Amino acid sequence: MSQSFRFFPKFVLEPRLEVSGQWMILSPIIAIILTLFSGIIIFSLLGKDPFLALYTFFVQPLTTMFGITELLVKGTPLVLIGVGLAIGFKANVWNIGAEGQFTMGAVFGGGTALLCQHMESILVLPLVLVLGTLGGILWGAIPAFLKTRFNANEILTSLMLSYVAVLWLSYLVHGPWRDPAGFNFPESQLFSDYAMLPILIENSRLNLGALFAILVVLAAWILMARTIIGFQLRVVGLAPRAAHYAGFKQSGLIWLSFLISGGLAGLAGIAEVSGTIGQLLPSVSPGYGFTAIIVAFLGRLHPVGVLFAGLIMALSYIGGENAQIEIGLPAAVTGLFQGILLFFLLACDVLVRYRFSHRSVLTGGRCE
Amino acid sequence: MRIKSFLREILAVFSIAALSCVGVANAETKVGFVYVGPIGDHGWTYRHNVGRLAVEKALGTQIKTTFVESVKEGPDSERVIRQLASTGHKVIYTTSFGFMNPTLKVAKKFPNVRFEHATGYKQSKNVGTYSARFYEGRYIAGVIAGKVSKTNKIGYVASFPIPEVVRGINAFLLGARSVNPEMIISVVWVNSWYDPGKEGDAAKALIDQGADIISQHTDSPAPLQVAENRGVKGFGQASDMIKFAPKAQLSAIVNNWDNYYVERTKAAIDGSWKSQDVWYGLKEGMVKMAPYTNMSDDVQALAKKTEEAIRSGALHPFSGPIKDQTGKIVVEAGKVADAGMLLGMNFYVEGVQGSLPK
Repeated sequence: MSQSFRFFPKFVLEPRLEVSGQWMILSPIIAIILTLFSGIIIFSLLGKDPFLALYTFFVQPLTTMFGITELLVKGTPLVLIGVGLAIGFKANVWNIGAEGQFTMGAVFGGGTALLCQHMESILVLPLVLVLGTLGGILWGAIPAFLKTRFNANEILTSLMLSYVAVLWLSYLVHGPWRDPAGFNFPESQLFSDYAMLPILIENSRLNLGALFAILVVLAAWILMARTIIGFQLRVVGLAPRAAHYAGFKQSGLIWLSFLISGGLAGLAGIAEVSGTIGQLLPSVSPGYGFTAIIVAFLGRLHPVGVLFAGLIMALSYIGGENAQIEIGLPAAVTGLFQGILLFFLLACDVLVRYRFSHRSVLTGGRCE
Repeated sequence: MRIKSFLREILAVFSIAALSCVGVANAETKVGFVYVGPIGDHGWTYRHNVGRLAVEKALGTQIKTTFVESVKEGPDSERVIRQLASTGHKVIYTTSFGFMNPTLKVAKKFPNVRFEHATGYKQSKNVGTYSARFYEGRYIAGVIAGKVSKTNKIGYVASFPIPEVVRGINAFLLGARSVNPEMIISVVWVNSWYDPGKEGDAAKALIDQGADIISQHTDSPAPLQVAENRGVKGFGQASDMIKFAPKAQLSAIVNNWDNYYVERTKAAIDGSWKSQDVWYGLKEGMVKMAPYTNMSDDVQALAKKTEEAIRSGALHPFSGPIKDQTGKIVVEAGKVADAGMLLGMNFYVEGVQGSLPK
């Protein structure tokens, strides 16, 4: 692993003997500050007042109650999925298919809501939520099975299953679940009120899903920091062979990682559908499952970090919309900001883990 | 005394009138536009943005326009629409089918804001809908294709199997078969409105399967560019795309929202705005045909004749007899498809290959 990389003829990047934990935590914060500085340069080049632009992008959305509730609405799915993924990533289990598990959560839960369309009972909502979560778990179980049984690469299987899930949902709303009164347009009926998550703040879209996200963050924190299972997950990720000698069952941990991350993605999916959308559409996610991968790493794979990272990511979306409305910035600036942020994060991480050194001759790799 | 108070009253009335005039002159009406794609898609969104610029040009300082581009259909659109409504926009155009329910939800909370939703079917007191009869243009394109094609096969790059798109495919084939009964259509669904990579790949696959005419119901010029590179012909979508395919474009169905946007914005300003459901075509100028190029003079003449016949009402693209894929007659000879069938179209006419995704 610890190999020196040739950088410039006279510079080499070599791994630091000790990686500072403090700097690993500071690295995303430095990346954010560097991103803001780049923002100032970009906005100036675009001919906008850079400070006004940064204000409309990052501060103004937080000055109204509506803005804050929308931030939480947008952040909820990112945090729910991100926390689950982070648990798996810690254990070196690479679930890249949260988008599919999210969609299956929406399919199972949304399907239940449509089935119970005429039931006027407070039991409908819990049923919808449980089945939605179950949908995500089932979809996460497939790559776990393929990995533990056939040693199939979970990155590929989980990613490819995402497309299957998205097309499955598309089939359902184009066909059997299409609203009969909807002129054949591919949308389901609107859910009944009994299948909708209650709104927390009057006149906003903030619903119970946000509360789930916070509870999940706390639960994941306790799981990872205080339980033997969390310990096992971390050891498997850091030192797989040590975990093996200690007798930890690797396949069990793979299953666990997939069931947790799949279940949380499924919960995020059904919370989105029965919280903000209110019906099934051909596509229920603008890529939350993939964005959450970034969120997990930005949050240092720590549940609390993921919470903040999810909110920052959500702010970048909402700020982008706000900047379009208020000062006519192009939509592409949002994507640009997210790209710059990731670039700086990776760059900072490299500098935390490696250092430059002057050397005219490569000494080659050092072994542990 | 009485005259004095009378004068005073007149004075008061005048000063109020004067003040309110000043008020009107100062308070520009804010007009918002929500786009599903980037304004540089050179297709659907591009044309809506041209409409926005027409409003700016026509109404000048009376209004101020705002737009938000690349808004995802779903929860994001509801936030954007609401943000526009709560920042003082008095007219808001939401220009994609998927914005329908979000528009209605926001409209309920802002009864004093006028909403105009493109291509939807749900109206309310302050939500009007509008769409264009693109199928009229499709029929003309079909007639041209029937004359120009040598392989008798049309490749159709389609977005989503919604009635509007299915209607376009059927109209295209009916047009083609009106001049050449051998014509068939192969459809590839790319499940996206705007994805140049996928659209281009679909066009390549269709050409490899023998299609020598490419038609598209997606928003980027990619399929047409593929047609240009591969030496086959095609049609522009939503806007005149001749600069992307100077040798391949036969014509283009151009969406023209300019007049509608100017009219409706004016109506909102002067208070005459009322919710309505509009479906305009060639006659009203909401659908236009780009110049007929890259074809012989007699095909050009036929295209113009067809266009004129549709505009005058002498020809309806969906005139019977029309058979569906199973050979069953769905529109009797001498009749035309009714509005219900047109609006909810979910069958292929005879000659379209494959089955409609359901």
